[in-house]
Amino acid sequence: MSNSEETIPIKDEYDIVAARSAGKTISSKCGFGLVDQTRISTAISELARNILVYAVTGTVYIREVDATGKHGIEVVAEDHGPGIVNLDLAMTDGHTTGGGLGAGLPGTKRLMDEFEIVTAVGEGTTVTVRKWV
Amino acid sequence: MQGAYEKIPVLKIGDFLITSIQVALHDRLALGLQDDILAKIQETNAKGLIIDVTAIDVLDSFITRVLVEIAKMANIMGVKTVLVGMQPAIAITLVEFGMELTGIQTALNLEKGLELIEKIVREEQE
Ligand SMILES: Nc1ncnc2c1ncn2[C@@H]1O[C@H](COP(=O)(O)OP(=O)(O)OP(=O)(O)O)[C@@H](O)[C@H]1O
Ligand SMILES: [Mg+2]
Repeated sequence: MSNSEETIPIKDEYDIVAARSAGKTISSKCGFGLVDQTRISTAISELARNILVYAVTGTVYIREVDATGKHGIEVVAEDHGPGIVNLDLAMTDGHTTGGGLGAGLPGTKRLMDEFEIVTAVGEGTTVTVRKWV
Repeated sequence: MQGAYEKIPVLKIGDFLITSIQVALHDRLALGLQDDILAKIQETNAKGLIIDVTAIDVLDSFITRVLVEIAKMANIMGVKTVLVGMQPAIAITLVEFGMELTGIQTALNLEKGLELIEKIVREEQE
């Protein structure tokens, strides 16, 4: 059976619902248990929401991945928005420029096994997260 | 088109308002529910509010914040809130994520929730 993959363009709040339900479907197919499926879907929801709030539009890619000896899920949230000026600050619990709780990025990092963020001011932001079964 | 006609029913039963979220919550629907509940509190003289989240399989920070806000505003209007039926996987995720349901009481299911809200309201009146 081939690995599942889905691309979800993010442009309004319905796309956030679509992204998290795709996360649920693919993580279940990967073999994750219910708690991990919930962790993954919540992480996807946060990343998709950041796209909508800060970059207005972007794309979420969700796919099953295989690495040596392990199988899991990879989520890439990509946008060409304003980028993040101070990444250390953005990764701090409680820091927000959008009137939120500032919990999204640090919380997402805690829910997943791997977390990478590449951002450039004026160019955009790409967050890649992975979790292994 | 998804949208305008979507609504989550809020029922008045005895002294309580009860709402059961049976669909995937998107932002506008959550905010609409908040408005509806506050309007219902004003027009009835409900003493307690039960929000049934049994059917919800994912919560995120936005929806959690709306739920907390509903409970806060209801409290200001003299109405106590009990959240019922939260799936264990969601409770675990919320804690790890760092989201808190501050100010909201929870119960395992609707029946336990009704017992709890009756008790809370009774104690309030004493
Ligand atoms: N895709 C993005 N583009 C530009 N800036 C971003 C992006 N994602 C996050 N940020 C910046 O990083 C900060 C922290 O993001 P995080 O998701 O942790 O918290 P928040 O969105 O402010 O609040 P919450 O997610 O709790 O509602 C944001 O306030 C914003 O300044
Ligand atoms: Mg955020």
